[in-house]
Amino acid sequence: MPEFSQERAPIHEALENFKKMRIVPFDVPGHKRGLSNRELTEFLGKSCLTVDVNSMKPLDNLCHPVGIIKEAQMLAAEAFGAAKAFFMVGGTSSSVLAMILSVCKRGSKIILPRNVHRSVISALILSGANPVYINPQIDPQLGISLGMSIKDVKNTIESNRDAKAVFINNPTYYGICSNLKEITKIAHENNMLVLVDEAHGTHFYFGKNMPISAMKAGADMAAVSMHKSGGSLTQSSILICGDKINSNYLRQIINLTQTTSASYLLLASLDISRRNLALHGEDIFEKVKNMAEYARLEINLIGDYIAYSRELINNDCIFDFDITKLSINTLNLGLAGIEVYSTLRDEYDIQIELGDIGNILAYLSVGDNHKNIERLISALAEIRRRYKKDRRGMLKYEYLSPTVALSPQEAFYAEKESLKLNSGCIGKVCTELVMCYPPGIPILAPGEKITAEIIDYINYAKEKGCSLTGPESMDISRINVCKGE
Amino acid sequence: MELWYSEKHTKNVKFSLKIHKHLYSGKSDFQRIDVFESAEFGKILTLDGYLMFTEKDEFIYHEMITHVPMAVHPDAKTVLIIGAGDGGVLRMLVQYPGVERIDISEIDAQVVNICREYFPEMTRGFDDKRVNVYYQDGLKFIRKYENEYDIIIVDSTDPFGPGEVLFTKEFYGNCFKALKDDGIIVTQHESPFYKNDAVAMQRAHKRIIEFFDINYVYQAHIPTYPSGHWLFGFSSKKYHPIRDINQTAWETLNLKTKYYNTTLHKGAFCLPTYVKELLENAE
Repeated sequence: MPEFSQERAPIHEALENFKKMRIVPFDVPGHKRGLSNRELTEFLGKSCLTVDVNSMKPLDNLCHPVGIIKEAQMLAAEAFGAAKAFFMVGGTSSSVLAMILSVCKRGSKIILPRNVHRSVISALILSGANPVYINPQIDPQLGISLGMSIKDVKNTIESNRDAKAVFINNPTYYGICSNLKEITKIAHENNMLVLVDEAHGTHFYFGKNMPISAMKAGADMAAVSMHKSGGSLTQSSILICGDKINSNYLRQIINLTQTTSASYLLLASLDISRRNLALHGEDIFEKVKNMAEYARLEINLIGDYIAYSRELINNDCIFDFDITKLSINTLNLGLAGIEVYSTLRDEYDIQIELGDIGNILAYLSVGDNHKNIERLISALAEIRRRYKKDRRGMLKYEYLSPTVALSPQEAFYAEKESLKLNSGCIGKVCTELVMCYPPGIPILAPGEKITAEIIDYINYAKEKGCSLTGPESMDISRINVCKGE
Repeated sequence: MELWYSEKHTKNVKFSLKIHKHLYSGKSDFQRIDVFESAEFGKILTLDGYLMFTEKDEFIYHEMITHVPMAVHPDAKTVLIIGAGDGGVLRMLVQYPGVERIDISEIDAQVVNICREYFPEMTRGFDDKRVNVYYQDGLKFIRKYENEYDIIIVDSTDPFGPGEVLFTKEFYGNCFKALKDDGIIVTQHESPFYKNDAVAMQRAHKRIIEFFDINYVYQAHIPTYPSGHWLFGFSSKKYHPIRDINQTAWETLNLKTKYYNTTLHKGAFCLPTYVKELLENAE
């Protein structure tokens, strides 16, 4: 086999060799290839425990890769059409964090849509950057937030010429894509970097006729969740960048927060999954696409459900749609997305990815089969037959435009007090995050004003069974706000 | 040289039949299909290595899953069989002159083809004019229908293969919808004896009784199935399986049977105590 080829998986190969070497372990981890923890070995399997090892010469070191990890990352970079790739073991959240920390310091401006993942807000808190939000457009029928419109991007750049970067969600959880190429062009013309949260778009790099990927569009960095559509283990992710980025500095930034004991299970899973995608990605995602298209067709025949797709495309804030996503609006049934989500799990033993105010998302991958797709479709048909009701009184939108009073960092570290979450909070500046998880997009971020609408939304989400997270108060009955305002 | 077919009924129990000849082996899109000539039980069909029926004892299963609902429903005109690629249920059903339409939803066309080739006697029902065969997943097929059938017979394989969807709540709910207001559904309900089978039986039972007002379970003794003790589920919107049996009407038809009779019909619903307890626990 040639030295450098997508058929290779250097980390995987090195671990296989390592097993044959039968090295005596007087290092960590203390489970010693599983021998000191039989219960764990029985549960996870011997083959798993024997390669749960520490960094050492033959296995390289993620913090300072010079051997097999370096090679594996080079192969990943090639597969993604990037200049450099970094294997990440703290989830795509850690990739997002590294992207932002590498371009923003205290006081830097960054332009971004507000419907970002919580990890973006965390990065703003840690860096002290000032967000300049672009409100995403909202689809009036579906209630979901869309991409950024070119006009909004232009205007925002115009009035914030000192911003360091434009941050883009692409695609959104529901599969909506912005005009990545055009936004990148405009940002670059204005000397701003382009960072893309591509957590839901790994397959754009490997499937046929997919929406354009961040690297193809010329973006500077992208956070790719290999563990979502890429098939690697949970918590593994890849950060990729273009040639304008100083990758050695980026590595230093990553090392500020990344563990020095990176799991070889995660690293091997990235390596093996990259090889699989590079060799078979086209076929894999063709199958996923076909399954999603079939499911959409059948679900739309049930009635009331809207399984949407490319027909939404409007050449601006819905520039493209990722048809591997099975996103379904449930409002015409008189049921919130989260209610359908919960019913599928509690009554039909079907776990889908998320449900929010008006939509659900079923995540499809090559691991799915027609049998399970039929179950999902039939369960949805049954839920409609059994639970459909009047849709009056239902909230429609999953997105509320924020009023920003302070930067996230200022607010997070400000003197604060805890208030009961009720109308008494209106007008106060929140110092913490509040979100439904999934999808993990904040309803409130630190520094934003609490409004009556937001309180109604939180109460509604609670009542419908969303899992609310973020605040210190575990049952979200209280909220921290800036003191003395 | 001796040739034996074996099926593991549990991890620790093996059931074996002496084989004269391996007549067919093939793989369809869904499963592996084999036909053997056995020494004691005639020709047998296995799917993915699991015994589906033998020529010698298939009559017990097929009579019991068909005649019980047919003797209760006074006027069954439209009947759906789900699964049933071997034609065994169909052969029983076509004997009823009152039935106007029989739909079959079988996922695997290859099973039908192989059975027609190796078991011509059992599959002759496929030639009946009232029969429509749809090669489709049962769950998908049933989704489209509402208030359509008098009787649905679920002739499924075990809940661990292609037949898995036929033990789900969404399947039973869709069957409920597809049945008329006085409809009856009969299901292959697994065995109560070995633990894994019993758990599958309880799960199926728990799911189906959520939809129907009248739910009973009956039994038969099938030598070649795990433990030999087999159950069927009888769920219905209106008719009670014993009180509403049309004994005279059924006897007037003068059907030839080897296992079923109207006295046994009533007795089949009398269950051993441990089975009753399993069912009560599931409820």
